[in-house]
Amino acid sequence: MSDGRPLPPALELRGIDKRFGAVHANRAISLAVARGSIHGLIGENGAGKSTVMNIVYGFHQADAGEILVQGRRVELRSPQAAIAAGIGMVHQHFMLVDNFTVLENVVLGVEDGPVLAGGLARARAALEQLGRDYGLDVPLDTVVSELSVGLQQRVEILKALHRGAEILILDEPTAVLTPQEADQLFRMLGRLRAQGKTVILVTHKLREIMAVTDRVTVMRQGAVVAEVATRDTSPRDLAEKMVGRAVLLTVEKGPARPGEVLLEVKRLAVCDDRGVPRIKGVSFALRAGEIIGLAGVAGNGQSELLEALAGIRAPSGGQILLRGTDLVGGAVDPRARRRLGLAHVPEDRLRRGVVAGFSAQANSILGYQDRAAYNRGLLADQAAILAGCERQMATYDVRPPNPRLRLTAFSGGNQQKLVIARELEADPQVLLVGQPTRGVDIGAIEFIHRQLVALRDAGKAVFLVSVELDEILGLADRILVIAGGEIVGELARADATEERLGLMMAGVKEAHA
Amino acid sequence: METYTIIVLLLAATIRVAAPLLLAALAGLFSERSGVIALGLEGMMLGAAFAAAAVSAVTGSAWLGLGAGIATAVALALLLGFACITHRGNQVVAAMAINIMVAGLGPTLALGWFNLGGQTPQLDGPGQRFMSLVWPGADAARSVPFPGLLYAELLSGHHLLVYLAAALVPLAAWVLYRTRFGLRLRAVGENPLAVDTAGIAVNRLRYQAVAISGVLCGVAGACLSTAASSGFVRDMTAGKGYLALAALIFGKWKPYPTLGACLLFAFTDALAARLQGVALPVVGVVPVQFILALPYVLTVLLLAGFVGKAVAPLALGTPYAKEK
Amino acid sequence: MSAPRKLPRWADLGLLPLVSLAAALLVSCGVIALLGESPVQAMRLLVSGAFGSPEAVGYTLYYATNFIFTGLAVAVAYHAGLFNIGCEGQAYIGGLGTGLVCLGLGHLSFWLVLPAAVLAGAAFGGAWALIPAWLQARRGSHIVITTIMFNFIAAALMTYLLVNVLINPGQQSPETREFAAHAWMPAAGDLPGRLGAAFATSPLNLSFVLALAAAAALWVYVWRTRWGYELRVVGQNPAAAVYAGISPGRITVVAMVVSGALAGCLGLNELMGSQHRILIDFPSGAGFVGIAVALMGRNHPVGIVLAAVLFGALYQGGSQLTFDLPRINRDMVVVIQGLVILSCGALENLFRAPLARLFGRVDSK
Repeated sequence: MSDGRPLPPALELRGIDKRFGAVHANRAISLAVARGSIHGLIGENGAGKSTVMNIVYGFHQADAGEILVQGRRVELRSPQAAIAAGIGMVHQHFMLVDNFTVLENVVLGVEDGPVLAGGLARARAALEQLGRDYGLDVPLDTVVSELSVGLQQRVEILKALHRGAEILILDEPTAVLTPQEADQLFRMLGRLRAQGKTVILVTHKLREIMAVTDRVTVMRQGAVVAEVATRDTSPRDLAEKMVGRAVLLTVEKGPARPGEVLLEVKRLAVCDDRGVPRIKGVSFALRAGEIIGLAGVAGNGQSELLEALAGIRAPSGGQILLRGTDLVGGAVDPRARRRLGLAHVPEDRLRRGVVAGFSAQANSILGYQDRAAYNRGLLADQAAILAGCERQMATYDVRPPNPRLRLTAFSGGNQQKLVIARELEADPQVLLVGQPTRGVDIGAIEFIHRQLVALRDAGKAVFLVSVELDEILGLADRILVIAGGEIVGELARADATEERLGLMMAGVKEAHA
Repeated sequence: METYTIIVLLLAATIRVAAPLLLAALAGLFSERSGVIALGLEGMMLGAAFAAAAVSAVTGSAWLGLGAGIATAVALALLLGFACITHRGNQVVAAMAINIMVAGLGPTLALGWFNLGGQTPQLDGPGQRFMSLVWPGADAARSVPFPGLLYAELLSGHHLLVYLAAALVPLAAWVLYRTRFGLRLRAVGENPLAVDTAGIAVNRLRYQAVAISGVLCGVAGACLSTAASSGFVRDMTAGKGYLALAALIFGKWKPYPTLGACLLFAFTDALAARLQGVALPVVGVVPVQFILALPYVLTVLLLAGFVGKAVAPLALGTPYAKEK
Repeated sequence: MSAPRKLPRWADLGLLPLVSLAAALLVSCGVIALLGESPVQAMRLLVSGAFGSPEAVGYTLYYATNFIFTGLAVAVAYHAGLFNIGCEGQAYIGGLGTGLVCLGLGHLSFWLVLPAAVLAGAAFGGAWALIPAWLQARRGSHIVITTIMFNFIAAALMTYLLVNVLINPGQQSPETREFAAHAWMPAAGDLPGRLGAAFATSPLNLSFVLALAAAAALWVYVWRTRWGYELRVVGQNPAAAVYAGISPGRITVVAMVVSGALAGCLGLNELMGSQHRILIDFPSGAGFVGIAVALMGRNHPVGIVLAAVLFGALYQGGSQLTFDLPRINRDMVVVIQGLVILSCGALENLFRAPLARLFGRVDSK
């Protein structure tokens, strides 16, 4: 350490290139991560961050380029090789066996002998030591599915450390954490750094980069566009580099002219699949001619709220009034809600909003298949369906404009346009829309945003759920902030700043002015 | 015959019927715990039954027959693996294909080779079958009702494969819960992605699991054709593979409860044989078909959650592919 | 992972099944050669046995009728994302319904018996499928396992009924008395003129026409109505179905009842058309052949009819083998059937990738 020569980087990538079919996921990625530092890797969804880290973890193989660990060239053909090279990874979706105990999960793959008993005992001792060293207390004999998400993440970190990881990669680690849990995580990362470990933090959240990293690498469209010391940069600067131009996508729009209340939610309560309350007594009213934006950290109940409003998930209490009709008491299904003028662009397009194996025209009637316009007597009216889809494609500039193509032949942006076209062409009074621009290219984003504003200007109501603050700030007339399943604040657009919203999203309740 | 003797003989029959069932169910245990649906037990067992009887008939050695049975069932298991693990084909379809193919192949080959109308020759030469092992003093003890008859009928007097099946239950439990292989096996049936990221090859593990299931089905098949009876006849498994799968589900994919389920199902079979045409007090003659259908009805009730709850391995039936 | 390769539609629907069939036949020829017979001669006998005379064609189409019904049954469940292995049991119970109508109403006019027999067969078969469907929809019971169990339960129930209840008194074998003549399906041999004379000795009957009608009706239902659309949405993406307001549970029940009803029509051909009584194990594996037929026919009615004729030919030609080649019998057909399921169903990807490479069409996404 003191011989004056600089130490080689803990991890160095040179010219990493990777294609998935026609998608060029990584273009000549080079980066160096100093030993004993926390290095941020930031970029928008789809920028190629996860791909490059999966290559470092040996889960995918690069088409070209080389990887150096502690100055030595390594071939990482499998996770096993990466583990042997001292690389550990905490995936965004935890790689845990739910019905195993913490201890069993940690030893899986490093059992230390063909019979378990001895290895388990040795692992237990080692984990207790690790727990003391890093303040990582986890009950070793508890079944993983009974742990909170934050604790499950700790198990993942323990797994990596137990395998002797010197370099720890965390992929979007805060996506599922509460702000408090995230802060705990960051303190823990600080302790790891103090002990000489190297941490790579993959995220698309600027706040986290600024809070904990020493250096940051910015990726855009599969390539590295900048690498800077964190103290020499600013959130605005990073954001511009991420997006590739001045951010704050301002959408041109005039002042809102709110009219009558179209959708009213009273003391709504919703549980998730496991029966855990996720929405705890939410009330608000949505008026004609306005866009309400729901801001919040992902996983604070937004999805459950949206699903309850759309009729996909049954609420456990409260009321949803659509133009005076109670949707909860009458158990009104999504089909009936559509007839009442409620349209829904779901958060997870491919999982829920479309049928991937169907053609564009078959997708263009999803949810509206029993409309009179699409049927002639007992039979479906093929000509009408085709004409309807052609019309939607023309109006919403879907490319290529071929209704017979399978849905998967369209890009993400064009798929989203198809969904939005379908829902808007039904002429709804109220539109629920979740993450409308997730995985959508910039050009399509602007088009979609203009459509939402046009809908509002036509006197309809829009309820927008997004984890992208820029999107909320750019579109909403009023902003509701959700944290822990409760509305913790409401701001008029004019009063909202990123800082204020950030505080509220972290669960800091404001005294109502 | 007095009631006591009847019960003892009934239990002895239960053990005999349970042995192949248990072997197949344990085969299914390894397969399903790794995430591969064990619908192919029927075909693997039938294939092994044919191979064991055929080789035993030709060579005069039950042991060579057993080896051939195991080899055949393992080959079928690997074919299943090739379709479902390597090529990620539908596991149900592949298993049904093997079951149907073997149902035809056994009699076809038997006819071609032995020309006895789709059967193998009677195995009546010395060493061609696994004969009952009479324990020391069993014949003498028989005259003493308790514990002599119990000893003579329940402990003594079964063929070797019955004792093997019994010994395999604790062994399977030990492998599953106390070894590295067992830990990985249970993990791969629940979350193969977690296993992959832990640096363990998912497909190799699954191949090992289906191969083990092949070995056990091989023993089960040999048990049917060279121990419990003397030769192969068309469709001699008669649904025992499916019944074993039902027992596995009824045993909630755990070794000892599966043993219990096999014994229960075998008992209904033994009971049905004994109650044929016998008028019982109060209920009169119970149709034997109702008793025979009981295991299937019970399994359906279990699956419906009316008697307990069966939670299958989470990844059961889903082929593993790295996603982008 | 490499990008999924796509085949042109015609190759996917036509060429792939043929390649799979060829592979299955090739392996079968290997087995025949192993037994010391000539594969070429065996195949020639198969073809001539199946199509060599009007009578042979009649038998081929008679078997095909069974397989059209069960193949359609498997296919409709498949489109709803369900694997119905229970066609055998549903056909068996459905036949009970048909048979009871024929026994009870056989003295009336045929034109009264026919609709009643169709309805009863469909209702009994549908009801037998309804229980596993309901258990899957409401209680999450795995339908593959429950339908298998129901095959065995059906077999036990039918054995009981035939041995103890329905048996024709004063007779040894467990079967009912013969249906009255009004409950016999008109046979092809009854047709006027030369056509009738040609088919005189074959069991081909009106059911074949009913099966074709069922295939056409199923096509309209699945691809040309909103209900078929909903069925396919559930089959391909249950989450999207919920989003669209379609209840997957309801579709599961509907699809399985339709499936069971189609399988239940087997008795029209087998009992009304040929046996004229209910007897033990009359479906004799047709429910399982339906799996092969549906897979081979790519779950499309046209493909299913063609695949059913192919399997009908195998069954009919297979009996010819038994007469002419001492070392081979009809079991060989079961082997081919299993191999077809393996190569068309489970090993589809094995053939698809090389074919796609051959076409050199790599989809851009």
